[in-house]
Amino acid sequence: MLYTILCYNDEDVVWSWSKEEDAAVMARLTAVQDRLVKAGKMGPSLRLLPTTAATTLRKTEDPPLVIDGPFAETKEQLLGFYVVDVAGLDEALDIARELAAANPGGAYEVRPVAVYHPDRRAGA
Amino acid sequence: MTDITWIRASVTAARPRAVGALLRYFRDLDTAEEAFQEACLRALKSWPQNGPPRDPTAWLILVGRNAALDGLRRQGKQEALPPDEVISDLDDAEVPMAERLDGSHYRDDVLRLLFICCHPELPDTQQIALALRIVSGLSVKQIARAFLVSEAAMEQRITRAKARIARADIPFETPGAADRAERLAAVAAMIYLVFNEGYSADDNSARAHLCEEAIRLARLLLRLFQTEPEIMGLTALLLLQHARAAARLDAEGEIVLIEDQDRGLWDGKLIAEGLALIDKAMRHRQPGPYQIQAAIAALHARAARPEDTDWAEIDALYAALERWQRSPVVTLNRAAAVAKLRGPAAALAMIEPLAERLAGYFYFFGAKGALLMQLGRANEARAAFDQAIALANTPAEAAHIRRHLDRLARENASVSR
Repeated sequence: MLYTILCYNDEDVVWSWSKEEDAAVMARLTAVQDRLVKAGKMGPSLRLLPTTAATTLRKTEDPPLVIDGPFAETKEQLLGFYVVDVAGLDEALDIARELAAANPGGAYEVRPVAVYHPDRRAGA
Repeated sequence: MTDITWIRASVTAARPRAVGALLRYFRDLDTAEEAFQEACLRALKSWPQNGPPRDPTAWLILVGRNAALDGLRRQGKQEALPPDEVISDLDDAEVPMAERLDGSHYRDDVLRLLFICCHPELPDTQQIALALRIVSGLSVKQIARAFLVSEAAMEQRITRAKARIARADIPFETPGAADRAERLAAVAAMIYLVFNEGYSADDNSARAHLCEEAIRLARLLLRLFQTEPEIMGLTALLLLQHARAAARLDAEGEIVLIEDQDRGLWDGKLIAEGLALIDKAMRHRQPGPYQIQAAIAALHARAARPEDTDWAEIDALYAALERWQRSPVVTLNRAAAVAKLRGPAAALAMIEPLAERLAGYFYFFGAKGALLMQLGRANEARAAFDQAIALANTPAEAAHIRRHLDRLARENASVSR
């Protein structure tokens, strides 16, 4: 069963990390990911640029309105996500706990995947 | 990440909003800074035990405000207390406080905090020092190291700057649209100064850190003013320039020109963010100097190899920039693109009229020498390079020019042989 683990955190804090601090967190997360890769559970994952780089298409207008910034102004922002192949919620939560130990603060939202397309770019 | 590292990062991120809000309450910079300092000390004690608060910024503001009010009361400075409606609510309820603070005030609080550092009477160096101290929260020692002065000298510089802004009226009313735009422009210029101070550093890592600090301030400003194309442009410009940091100096600490840089050393993540922001900014069709400069930097970033650089577009962008900023430095930069497009003679003809206005400018003589060298006018090139060395700001700049002189000397030797 495919679950996504959505990574939420205060991006002001995360993007205030020094290069070294950022690298240290990434190294710890990579260690967790490597275990998942070996276990054949690791789907795609990605880290997003800050919400200042985001643009939102508001579909409530016709034609849709393009506005600067993220969809929702919240204290914590969606910073990235993982897709993991697990038996069920318990295992997905275990993985989220492991990730949390490597990168404290914020929250992981664990949500099952409804439709999944792997990378469909030519040559990818 | 240890608790302490996490707390430090949270406190650093919260600082501009928290000090900005405390400044609004107390209308006094020193009180606001001390209140924040006290709140940080209490956070270091409380957060590891009780876990981090739901909203660290609101926590720091509330605790800092209460601590400062206690302090003021103890000193018997009753008359210094802010209006009743502010002090009537002293309960420790973090949630209502957070809700009251939510968003609406932060924008102008942070903008005000940044704006007081840009007082026109303050020389550039004092503006930068003040912003790093007040907004970024760097220690006097860190700032002194960046500017290569003693801690005592920097302490004095900051004290003097603070005295000057204390005499000036800090604007506390909520700014109107025109005032806000004016403040934003002043603050953007100040952030760019901070960046340039770091950018011109060669092997001084304390100073190079200023680039990262400037980017942090620009991102903060953009978070608060998400639809301002010039703030997108400024942030993009800083990101795209900083992306090349690792390639700008070689192993000996000497300057590597953009055409000779190892593009593999450019920071892809910073470039991606910069390109995304300039794309967003251009959609607004409200061009400005930061967006144009960022667009130029973006053309360099997009070229996989030096020969892929779109010099015609860069020339056109510099022409646009000249209309915004009538500065000989812009024309000098444009000449680099003209040299690629139409040859060194055309570029030389473009910069020669600038000689008088740029008589004290290192880059003018460096560029002039390089163009003369390409044209085979060795003696004139040597004279220009000699002047450049006399005006060099850093050892790396001087070393870069000396390499040109060595090359001229070698070529001269091989001709006379």
